[in-house]
Amino acid sequence: MATRGYRKGDEHSDERIYRCVGSLTISRAATTEREIELMPDGMTIDLSGVNKMDTVGAWLVYRATRDRGARVEGASPEAEGLLEQVRQADVPVRVTPEEEGTGFKRGVSELGEYVVEAGQILFGLLNFFGATLIGFWQVFKRPQQRFRMNAVVTRFDLVGVRALGIIGLMSFLIGIVIGQQGAVQLRAFGAEIYTINLIGRITVRELGTLMTAIMVAGRSGSAFAAQLGTMKLTEEIDAMRTIGVSPTEALVIPRMMSAIVMMPLLSFYAMIMTILGGGIYCWIDLEIPPLTFVQRLQEVIPITDVWVGLIKAPVFGFVIALVGCFQGMLVEGDAEQVGLRTTNAVVQAIFLVIVIDAVFAVFFSSIGWI
Amino acid sequence: MSDTSPILPEGAKVVICIRGLRNAFGEEGEQQQVIHDKLDLDVKRGEILGVVGGSGTGKSVLMRSIIGLQTPEDGEIEVLGENMIGREEDEAKNIRRRWGILFQNGALFSTLTVAENVEVPLREYFHLSPTLMDEIAGYKIAMAGLPADAAPKFPSELSGGMVKRAGLARALALDPELLFLDEPTAGLDPIAAQNFDELILSLRDKLDLTVFLITHDLDTLYAICDRVAVLADKKVVAVGTIEQLLALDHPWIQEYFNGPRGRAAAAA
Ligand SMILES: Nc1ncnc2c1ncn2[C@@H]1O[C@H](COP(=O)(O)OP(=O)(O)OP(=O)(O)O)[C@@H](O)[C@H]1O
Ligand SMILES: [Mg+2]
Repeated sequence: MATRGYRKGDEHSDERIYRCVGSLTISRAATTEREIELMPDGMTIDLSGVNKMDTVGAWLVYRATRDRGARVEGASPEAEGLLEQVRQADVPVRVTPEEEGTGFKRGVSELGEYVVEAGQILFGLLNFFGATLIGFWQVFKRPQQRFRMNAVVTRFDLVGVRALGIIGLMSFLIGIVIGQQGAVQLRAFGAEIYTINLIGRITVRELGTLMTAIMVAGRSGSAFAAQLGTMKLTEEIDAMRTIGVSPTEALVIPRMMSAIVMMPLLSFYAMIMTILGGGIYCWIDLEIPPLTFVQRLQEVIPITDVWVGLIKAPVFGFVIALVGCFQGMLVEGDAEQVGLRTTNAVVQAIFLVIVIDAVFAVFFSSIGWI
Repeated sequence: MSDTSPILPEGAKVVICIRGLRNAFGEEGEQQQVIHDKLDLDVKRGEILGVVGGSGTGKSVLMRSIIGLQTPEDGEIEVLGENMIGREEDEAKNIRRRWGILFQNGALFSTLTVAENVEVPLREYFHLSPTLMDEIAGYKIAMAGLPADAAPKFPSELSGGMVKRAGLARALALDPELLFLDEPTAGLDPIAAQNFDELILSLRDKLDLTVFLITHDLDTLYAICDRVAVLADKKVVAVGTIEQLLALDHPWIQEYFNGPRGRAAAAA
């Protein structure tokens, strides 16, 4: 039978006639396509029973005439018009951009591209670093005109003040955890009192700054990348350039400055909060009175530890802001890139912070600040 | 006068019916910016209704409230016989597949190619074979006047005018009964704009389409609009053919159609 489903049967049953009845529209396109598939080549399509047709229906009929040598009969003037319209619009198109090669070849070429891209990013980061230094120099030369007080203060607020809550809470809890873990281990030697040394030195020397850096990278480094990336997409940065405002000066430098200034302050605050958490733990669990705790801290923490912690902080801040802004500026094309670059910004910032921390550790111990 | 009323007489076949619409931004009080107040409008089945009005008079907001992207403070909106206000999401879906929308700035999905953009509504509502889907995307793109090599491109690689056409191709994907166009010809070259006009006209004739067309393009108004609705003073002040509107003595209408550009377009 030439007709199926909702299509009316043909009394003079001719295998080669495909009769459409009712509506020939997109809602029935899947069925219609299958039915036409089953017809022999050179069929005749009878449209006289069609009362509603859209371009998808017309396309199916047209395609049958083009590829299968079908003839059309009984088309109303509107149907003719639609057929003509899809005929005119028939051009071969690709849906996705061409992809070269297959399998192994593509794997190798992708690996190559990846390496080249990684190299370019490293080079680009150095480039950006240089541009930022020049920007800083220019601001420094003519601070009256070039220094954007409002932008910097806004960033101070966003990067610093608003991070106080979360960094404080995190540090306080870490203090308790270090105290508790330290006490458990040291109790075995009857040396609980050394818990104070542990809390004090590890916090001031390493953890306070490092945890703060990780938090700032997650909060602000990602924000920098997403903000600049979105501005790049909406051509705001291009507009800025054409007006004569340097994006480095207006966007990058305030963010850098805020991170550089806020990191030491936040780190110091984190140290205090960690010690507070540890102190409270010691007071409650080890029954060390707060006064003793503070006195002992003074004795065991050399002042160089404070320097070690605080010298690293602005460097970390600089790296976080540098990577965040750099990744933001790399955004091109679509919204997905913003997400990708933001992720990269955080991952690379944290990675670099840890690498630099290791370098600092070696450096400080080699100059005798142990 | 009454024949330019925004409310059609009883018995007319109406696709969009708006009564007493009020839209405002901001908190209630002195600061509140009222965009529409007591706005009425009827759109007849099968017509191309041009919507004009100065920049910022709320044409886009009107369109957004008809299609349910903006919840009005007050009023009733009926589209294709269904009440649009306070609908459940899945009820609204049935209406959504019956209209196509071209946003003022294209609003293409930036992570998809042009052809994939056109396929999004097809995928959402129908189970078609991938070949058929690609072919449909192909001819829709060609119909919208884009060259074939634009299909595999990403929106960020298109020119402004091409974005408009790609948006139109997506709006046409489901062969809608109702087409909303927000300034479709803005940013097109005059030849492209004329082709666009012809395309809309021929689609309307062949597909029994109703078109809600926001435009500043006087040539488009003269060439294809059956009626023109004028948005001013927070409401639709008049709807009618251009001749009917010219007979009114509303100052904005006079200035609009009788300015140098208006007269040039009329002469063309
Ligand atoms: N999300 C929003 N919040 C506040 N105000 C808005 C918002 N969207 C629009 N408006 C205001 O509503 C008014 C109407 O805006 P709309 O975009 O509808 O103008 P329009 O008539 O489409 O203008 P144009 O011809 O320039 O596109 C404007 O004054 C605008 O400032
Ligand atoms: Mg608008």
